[in-house]
Amino acid sequence: MAASHVNPTRMELTRQKKKLQTALKGHKLLKDKRDELMRRFLELVREDKALREEVEEEIKMANMSFVLAGSQMSKEAVSVAFMAPKQEVTVDVSTKNVMSVDIPVFETSFRGSSEGDFYPYGFAFTSADLDCGVEKLSLLLPKLIRLAESEKSCQLMAAEIEKTRRRVNALEHVLIPETQENIRYITMKLDENERSSQVRLMKVKDMMLEEAHHYKEKRDALPLKDQ
Amino acid sequence: MYKIAVMGDWDSIYGFGALGFETFPVTDPRSAEKILRDLAEKQTAVIYVTEALAKQIDRTIASYASRPLPAIILIPGASGNTGEGMLAVKRSVEQAVGSDIVFGS
Repeated sequence: MAASHVNPTRMELTRQKKKLQTALKGHKLLKDKRDELMRRFLELVREDKALREEVEEEIKMANMSFVLAGSQMSKEAVSVAFMAPKQEVTVDVSTKNVMSVDIPVFETSFRGSSEGDFYPYGFAFTSADLDCGVEKLSLLLPKLIRLAESEKSCQLMAAEIEKTRRRVNALEHVLIPETQENIRYITMKLDENERSSQVRLMKVKDMMLEEAHHYKEKRDALPLKDQ
Repeated sequence: MYKIAVMGDWDSIYGFGALGFETFPVTDPRSAEKILRDLAEKQTAVIYVTEALAKQIDRTIASYASRPLPAIILIPGASGNTGEGMLAVKRSVEQAVGSDIVFGS
């Protein structure tokens, strides 16, 4: 029995009752947290899925252009074309707190090139397909960043949901029943003690009355007097 | 200021260089793991990895899943889409919900 190791005392009973109350409150809060996290997560994951499908399709198209370009130019020529990128991307990372999960927010900033002029090479000696591929990728950039953001958020939230779910289950199926069992055990034990001391007191009272008034002797003596 | 990096075979990633991403052409899983770790320690917020390469170093990638940074995102390579990236999303749904309810079977 799980309750066998608790002391059946009033102090322990109060302690266990307090514990139960906290556990119930915590359980409710965690359950709410889990539900809300789940709702947000599903929303995010659906968005992420759609975004990923889009991005994958577009990267495929860009890659096709690059493969075509590769067939028209030597690898060395392509290497040379991409040797000195004009544009540099950096991201600022801030975090947003969603239900105690810190999810990242990326903000990109560009350096080095004017709007639309990101080709790191002259157009004279390169294939047009190369330009096409680069253009596709550059149009994809905001989506790529957005994908990184939402996918990372999904990962972090999934981990948090798993943790919260475990906590909820541990409270619901282990801690709360165990505490309730303890409380029942202590209450029963205390009642039992109460009854046994009641009986003892009654017994003692009888004995003391007997001592004081000698009922038994008088009763024994009574019939003799009558005779 | 954080940077963005791309890892994978050269054919799949050189185009990203033009956008200003740092490109790391690598196919060998060992050196890829080393580069990934180096990047994670340096100021890199997002690392795009081609699916083909990611499959070979999935353990190292998984070890960064619970960290806030870097975000390691799988992208299809020039040789085609292996579906590994979608699978990663699917896995996180399974982790959170217990079974896959978004993608259907």
